Amino acid sequence: MSTNIEKDAHTGRETTGHEWDGIKELNTPLPKWWLYTFYACIAFALGYTVLYPAWPSLHSHTKGVLGWTQRDTVKSALDAREQTLAPVKAKLLATPIGDVEKDPELRSYVQAAGHIAFAENCAACHGAGGAGGKGFPNLADDDWLWGGTPEQILQTVTYGVRNANENSRVSDMPRFGADGLLTKEQINDVAEYVLSLSGTGTDKAAAGRGTAIFADNCAACHGEKGEGNPDVGAPRLNDAIWLYGGDKATVVQTITYARRGSMPAWSERLDPATVKLLAAYVHSLGGGK
Amino acid sequence: MDTNPQDGGVLERPAEDRKAAVRDGRPQSIKTSRDSQQGGLYAEHFKVYPKAISGPFRTIKWVVLALCLAVYYTVPWLRWDRGPGAPNQAVLIDLAAPRAYFLGIEIWPQEVYYITGLLVLGAVGLFLVTSLAGRVWCGYACPQTVWTDLFMAVERWIEGDRGARIRLDRQPLTQEKVLRKTAKHAAWLAIALATGGAWVLYFDDAPTAFKALVTGHATTREYFFVGLFTATTYILAGWAREQVCTYMCPWPRFQSAMLDVHSLVVTYEAWRGERRGPHKAGTSWEGRGDCIDCGQCIAVCPTGIDIRDGQQLECIGCGLCIDSCNDIMAKVGRPPNLIRFDTLANQEAKSTGSDHRYRLLRPRVVIYALVLVAVAGVMLTALETRSTMAISVLRDRAPLFVTLSDGSVRNGYTVKVINKRRGEGAYDLAILGQPGATLAVQDVGEAHGTDGVALPVHGDAVATFRVFISLPRTALVRDGGPKASIPLVFSLTEEGAAPAHTTFYEGVFMGPGAKP
Repeated sequence: MSTNIEKDAHTGRETTGHEWDGIKELNTPLPKWWLYTFYACIAFALGYTVLYPAWPSLHSHTKGVLGWTQRDTVKSALDAREQTLAPVKAKLLATPIGDVEKDPELRSYVQAAGHIAFAENCAACHGAGGAGGKGFPNLADDDWLWGGTPEQILQTVTYGVRNANENSRVSDMPRFGADGLLTKEQINDVAEYVLSLSGTGTDKAAAGRGTAIFADNCAACHGEKGEGNPDVGAPRLNDAIWLYGGDKATVVQTITYARRGSMPAWSERLDPATVKLLAAYVHSLGGGK
Repeated sequence: MDTNPQDGGVLERPAEDRKAAVRDGRPQSIKTSRDSQQGGLYAEHFKVYPKAISGPFRTIKWVVLALCLAVYYTVPWLRWDRGPGAPNQAVLIDLAAPRAYFLGIEIWPQEVYYITGLLVLGAVGLFLVTSLAGRVWCGYACPQTVWTDLFMAVERWIEGDRGARIRLDRQPLTQEKVLRKTAKHAAWLAIALATGGAWVLYFDDAPTAFKALVTGHATTREYFFVGLFTATTYILAGWAREQVCTYMCPWPRFQSAMLDVHSLVVTYEAWRGERRGPHKAGTSWEGRGDCIDCGQCIAVCPTGIDIRDGQQLECIGCGLCIDSCNDIMAKVGRPPNLIRFDTLANQEAKSTGSDHRYRLLRPRVVIYALVLVAVAGVMLTALETRSTMAISVLRDRAPLFVTLSDGSVRNGYTVKVINKRRGEGAYDLAILGQPGATLAVQDVGEAHGTDGVALPVHGDAVATFRVFISLPRTALVRDGGPKASIPLVFSLTEEGAAPAHTTFYEGVFMGPGAKP
């Protein structure tokens, strides 16, 4: 504490006793009640540390007399949400998948909750918003391997593709090159033919030679004009969408080694309401039939 | 700390100070709040016992007080017909809807800038008034002043005037003291409860909310806020009083930036008041000032200061000291207005005997007035041209774009359409200048080229639509090459509105660019 407290001649008030380059500060004392408010805050803080988790120890922390934890708060919030959503979930389960989008309440539920469920379960492979990637189908476009009606999507999400589930969607494209079913030249020719279906081929002679090879080996699944067949998951080949890439080298590779993408059966991991929610959400992404 | 604890509101002066008081002639029976701030780091509580007074300024203060309280308590009960389905309360802030209503004006959350405008008007208005007439807001209209004044009136009615209250505080705990104190606090709490109760009526239909509050059917949240404002009113107006103005309010701290020597403030005419001192009736006034140092100006002051010390932070400019001094001046036969509303420049001129006139029009006054008019003009224009519809478009970021089977490109958008009218509305959404466009609104409809899709929107609501727009690849070719992004203009036309009302939104459309 400074000792040079003096009375300021002009105001008649005491100074604090501090001096900076000849400038002195008048003492304006804090009101006592303000000080007591400060003490009350300290008392409150101490009480708080007794009632609530506060002090850390080496491996844990004090739990607080009230036994409050943030986990309980989260759990009760989640339970409350479950309870709020129970009626709309029941309604979703009771509504045929094809009628879900016609119901405004279910539609907004699908948009809100489906978005979250999709991000948690599907976005890892199919990308945010179903943008897809190489080998992982874009779910927002109008091209579907296993069909784009709500019923077909629900079937695919429920049982998955090429997995151990007995109801899984299954189909096997032969490894035409690796297993010696076609020669390299034949593969080249049929690849040219496939590219010509979407107007991106460059070698008309080769495409001509490939026509017969396609009819013999591919048309059974992919259709005579490459229109695809969702019953066996055979992609449409005469459009602008390519799952693995539409350049010739990729197409040749696909014919030589085949492609066997798979997806889990989500009914084994999620409850029926969430599975249905995801199917409805995927259908709403923009490409649903 | 050389001040003693409070004793009935009269502090013992430190010896040093007492000598000073004798020297400048201040009577020792009247202490000021300043006296409690001498020495030490913490000031003892100084209880102010304002004395009753009557006079023109006190009358103005009563009128303003009655007016403010009347407005506060009656406004929630005023009705205003807005047609069916809309609340009929004239002033209502419906946080759940969320809408704010003020007579014929309805404000949506995104129009909160009207509130900002009101606050700006309030602030600049305060600046203007302060530069003209000092702290009249503080002294007359501030809620803290109004409720404190009301609480003081109740206190005076129950415990008596200044002297009686000091005596009551000094005397030991008698039955009378307990009775009076209990009655006072009960009355204070009742007023505080009415204040807190009226507050929540602004946020809900007043008759319904009042009934619910009284019958115990209101929500916990409403009771919480009633309790909160009851507590703050009781504490701030009953206990804290001038402490709020002196220590808690920021306004006194920067009001000096608005004041200059031409602003009206409460002043003491030291040039004719000094030398002050007791005066015996019948003796000459020669060689002395008009101030008889009776201390009445201090006794009536709601913040317990001595106005003769000059301009000070604690002065709220209420002018009650003027009323009290004029009473005394009339009694001793001296000219009135020894304490008066005047400008510092005028006082300076009077003290030197030179001429001075009031200067109302100063640059700061003109600037504050211009800002006030400009902001009010902008707000009125905004209100007058307020649109009853709006569109907001949010483009999907994932996926950025989608290639379709036929090679065309599709973008997804979330379109929000706002209908501020009361009735159902239909709004025609279309894309400008893209003949090859396909516009598909999920669950509503589809259109091609420049045709629009009619979007139905309920009255007083925001509707959200998922919109997919497809363009052929050729539409993305600009300046000889495919672009990753082109501008896309949405138009929204209100159907059946006369005159036709269209609003536009300039968005973008994205594609793969030069990549195959």
